[in-house]
Amino acid sequence: MGNGTSIGRVRALGSAHHGAHHWLQQRFTAIGNLVLVLYLLVSFMLLPGLSYTNVHDWLVHPLPATAMALLVISLFWHARLGLQIVMEDYVHEAGTKFACIAALNLAVFAGAGFGLFSIIRLALGGA
Amino acid sequence: MNGAIEPAAAQAKSLALEPAKDLAKGDCISASSAENTRGNFAKMARASKRPLSPHLSIWRWGPAMFISILHRVTGSGLAFVGLGVLLWWLGATASGPEAYATFQGQADTWYGKVVLVGLSWAFFEHLCTGLRHFVLDIGAGYELESNNRWSALLPIVALVLTAGFWAILLLR
Repeated sequence: MGNGTSIGRVRALGSAHHGAHHWLQQRFTAIGNLVLVLYLLVSFMLLPGLSYTNVHDWLVHPLPATAMALLVISLFWHARLGLQIVMEDYVHEAGTKFACIAALNLAVFAGAGFGLFSIIRLALGGA
Repeated sequence: MNGAIEPAAAQAKSLALEPAKDLAKGDCISASSAENTRGNFAKMARASKRPLSPHLSIWRWGPAMFISILHRVTGSGLAFVGLGVLLWWLGATASGPEAYATFQGQADTWYGKVVLVGLSWAFFEHLCTGLRHFVLDIGAGYELESNNRWSALLPIVALVLTAGFWAILLLR
C-alpha cells in the first residue's frame, strides 16, 4: 500500500457489496436444484418404465427438455461453487489450489456443455 | 463455507450453555455455604463430559458436527459421481438405443444398483441438510436442544425419503 491517509488506504478496499455474491448464488442454485431434481425424480416415478423408448420419447418434449437443460446448468453451477469451497478449505498450497480451481472450472463447463448438447440434440430431433 | 463455520458455532453454544444447565441441576447454585460450593465442584469434577473442548483439536463429538460433515461428503459425492452418472445417462439417451443399453446393463448390476441407491440417498441427505442450512441462515435453530434434535433427526428423514422413493419406483 502507498502512504495515503487512513481513509485513502481503506477506501475501495471495504465492502464492495459483492461479498455475499458466491453465498447467494449457492442458495439460488440450491433452490433450482431442489425444484428440478424433484421434477426429474417424479418423472421417473410417472414414466411407464425407464427403457430407451420411454426415456427418449419423454425427453424430446419441450417441457422435460427445458427442465433438464436448466437442471444441468443449476447442478453444475452449484457443484462448482461447492467444490470451490472444499478446495479452498483443504488445498493449502497456493499454486495447487489455483490449479485445482482452474481444473474445476474447465471440468464443469465441459460437463455442462456435454449435458446441454445431448439434451438439445434430443429435443431438436437429432437422435 | 457453512460446513466449516456452523459446527463451531454450535460447539460454542454448547460450551456457553451446558455448564449453566449443570449448575442449575445442582441443588445449591445460589447457596453460599462452603460445603455446598465444595459439593458443586465435586459434581463438576465427576461429570465425565467436561471439559468439552480442552484444546483446538480435541473436542467431544456432537450431532451438528456429524451432519455438517455429512453435508460436505454427500455434496462432493454428488458432484463427482452423481453428475458423471447424469451425463452418462443423458449422453447415452442422445447417442441411441445401443449406448442406452450399455448404460442400463451397468445400472442393472449389483454395483450399479449400489451406486444409484447411494446417489439417491446422498441427494436426499444433502437436500435435508441443505434445507437445515436455510433455516440456520435466517438465524433460527441455534438453540442447543433444537439444533441437536434436528441434526439427529434429518439423517433418518433422508433414509425414509430414499426408501420411499425406491419403493414407489419399484412397486409402481
